[in-house]
Amino acid sequence: MLRLDALTKTYKTGDKALKEVTVDVPSGQVIALIGPSGAGKSTLIRCINRLVEPTSGKVMLEDLNITNLKPAALRRERRRMGMIFQEYALVERLTVMENVLSGRLGYVGFWRALTRRFPQSDVDEAFRLLDRVGLLHMADKRADQLSGGQRQRVGICRALIQNPALLLVDEPTASLDPKTSRQIMRLICELCAERGLAAIINIHDVALAQMFVARVIGLRFGEVVYDGPPDGLTPEKLTEIYGEEDWEATIEKVDGEDDAIEAAE
Amino acid sequence: MRAYAEGETHRELDDLLGTTWRRPPLVQRAWLRWTLLIGFAVYLVAAIASVEVNWTRVYEGLDRGAAFVMAFARPDFVSRADAIWNGMLESIVMTVASSVVGILISIPIALGAARNIAPLPVYLICRGIIAVSRALQEIIVAILLVAIFGFGPLAGFLTLSFATIGFLSKLLAEDIESMDKSQAEAIRATGARWSQWIDYGVKPQVIPRLIGLSIYRVDINFRESAILGLVGAGGIGATLNTAFDRYEYDTAAAILLLIIGIVMALEYISGVIRARVQ
Amino acid sequence: MPVLETAEGPIWRLRNRRETLTRWFVWFLGIAIFLWCWQQISDATTWFFVWDAPSIAGDILGRATPPRWSYMDNLWAPIWDTLNIATLGTIAALIMAVPIAFLAARNTTPSALFIRPIALLIIVATRSINSLIWALLLIAIIGPGVFAGIVAIAIRSIGFCAKLLYEAIEEIDHSQVEAITATGASRWQVMVYGIVPQIMPAFAGIAVFRWDINIRESTVLGLVGAGGIGLQLQASLNTLAWPQVSLILLVILAAVVISEWVSAKVRGAII
Repeated sequence: MLRLDALTKTYKTGDKALKEVTVDVPSGQVIALIGPSGAGKSTLIRCINRLVEPTSGKVMLEDLNITNLKPAALRRERRRMGMIFQEYALVERLTVMENVLSGRLGYVGFWRALTRRFPQSDVDEAFRLLDRVGLLHMADKRADQLSGGQRQRVGICRALIQNPALLLVDEPTASLDPKTSRQIMRLICELCAERGLAAIINIHDVALAQMFVARVIGLRFGEVVYDGPPDGLTPEKLTEIYGEEDWEATIEKVDGEDDAIEAAE
Repeated sequence: MRAYAEGETHRELDDLLGTTWRRPPLVQRAWLRWTLLIGFAVYLVAAIASVEVNWTRVYEGLDRGAAFVMAFARPDFVSRADAIWNGMLESIVMTVASSVVGILISIPIALGAARNIAPLPVYLICRGIIAVSRALQEIIVAILLVAIFGFGPLAGFLTLSFATIGFLSKLLAEDIESMDKSQAEAIRATGARWSQWIDYGVKPQVIPRLIGLSIYRVDINFRESAILGLVGAGGIGATLNTAFDRYEYDTAAAILLLIIGIVMALEYISGVIRARVQ
Repeated sequence: MPVLETAEGPIWRLRNRRETLTRWFVWFLGIAIFLWCWQQISDATTWFFVWDAPSIAGDILGRATPPRWSYMDNLWAPIWDTLNIATLGTIAALIMAVPIAFLAARNTTPSALFIRPIALLIIVATRSINSLIWALLLIAIIGPGVFAGIVAIAIRSIGFCAKLLYEAIEEIDHSQVEAITATGASRWQVMVYGIVPQIMPAFAGIAVFRWDINIRESTVLGLVGAGGIGLQLQASLNTLAWPQVSLILLVILAAVVISEWVSAKVRGAII
């Protein structure tokens, strides 16, 4: 469904963030993207919806090459790719409801957006999604009044109301405590299963990734060094991805409990 | 994951489905919101209605306006070179002298106006000085000082020094009040005297800000010095006023360009210096 | 960190000899410049008047008290004009400042090479020149009156408001903008949802702050003939009617204090 073909990104400074990354994402598959800071995880995700312009290579969404779309067509395709951010990236001074509805911006005109008169079907869908994540009673609260976990749920609603085929998730748990991290990861994976969405989840917490996904891609210095099931992540593989460290404790935690995860944070 | 029972939420959701959603208004109480809105609208209408505009005069003025804009393309620095040069020099002299004196006086006043350093009586006196200095505008102070000391740059110098004190002391005092306590405490813990404590615990924290504010104030003082001449307190303002009175737009344009140029240069320098001290 | 080697062993100093000398030289130069400036001022001053100043000040004070309260009846209309100059001028300035700020901010300008320098030039030019000078200029062009005052205040405020606003735009949280962009929103929608909510508090603060300053400035615009209470001040000064002058100064002082209080209240309510 999504195919990255020799995707390369070189920043103006000369840093090579991605080197010929080739990945195939079938429909409905959830993938965890792991790797050390600076490995190019965020860049990879942002190259897919072209928040960052790739230098070369192709991003094929079904049969469409995203990389050479004109702005208007790119905006149409972005609607099919919901994005969830590290620090939630909610518009802090807007209400929860406005934040959720902002996911429909690609579908409505400028005046509707300006006057906040979204179609009734959008409003209903927003209510349903907020109910699904347990935040219906918060609809009129301002986003900056919410806790971290609640904000990330609003972020998930904003991505889902786009009615996407693919979720791009950038470090969804980086600013959350271990328990909330698990809840958020579980919620994302459940929603993907419910709706048959494919997802690429950037995540630095290996144990958390292993717990929830069926496929893991390891990135190091902009190159794919691992692509396979989570239980294939041996200490040798992790050393290759992250560098030398004692990995036994991390791997055991695959079936460990919350307290063990806390230790890994 | 949900804090409430399953059936309950569904009822809540079912109630909401099909209803429109409106952004909650900024002012919650409807009567207050409408009072404010209508009040403001009424004021605007009354205000605009009370402004008498002589449109024929404005229309006639458009030519002069165009002439003035054109004058910027060919400013005349030459025909009144003497007056411009002397006025500019006087403005700069007033700026430098008043900034130096104003800054020197405002440092002790700022220390006195910081609640975490000064005892209450000193604090109240210093805050009083600041309040008086800030409430009176430069031009009014200049009028009074010209009446007292006579025409000339001395009145302008005193005006700007006085204004500098209010501006700088207030901002500096706020800065001292918000400084990092632990650094100051650490110096006090070494057994330092009050003066040593100020020197080692307080000064290093506020010096960068003092420099930044001082340069900013030099900039303001220069701009203000350009108008003090209108009331006879020295500087380029008198020359400018004469130029306008005689409709010598090219000379006026030259002076304005000089002012803009100097202000831009000052802003550039202040940017460089602030980047270096911070 | 320089350490001097002496016969009695090493001595620590904060700066080495050259740095110390440079510092002394800069201080010396600064003091010399200041003294020269003072010399210039002193030369241009008639010191006879200055020595006489205390008695003149006392004389003026004696004549100015008590203020002529009955003159208040003539002041209500100018006060209303002053308020209008400040308010309408601020509103007009904001209307013009918003687009200029968006053109000047690095992250929203359509062209950093051509449009941004023009916007910055407008900002610098309008804020370098005092509103009294703008008023002088406008009076020469469109004649004296309240309208010239409004336009003068408006022009002077454009640069001020636009500068603060474009700095606020440059400081916004980019990830929020990114999130809105990722939904497939158009350029204008990103502006309305991603940028405007973030700068609203700054905008409101700037508006009220500038209004407060404009009340102060509009009280003296009349000195050059641009309407408001300054006209009465000028007339009273010309006729040496000191009791009226003192009353007008009290009114101006009250206006300044009230406007500062209002602006502090409103800003407190917004933020």
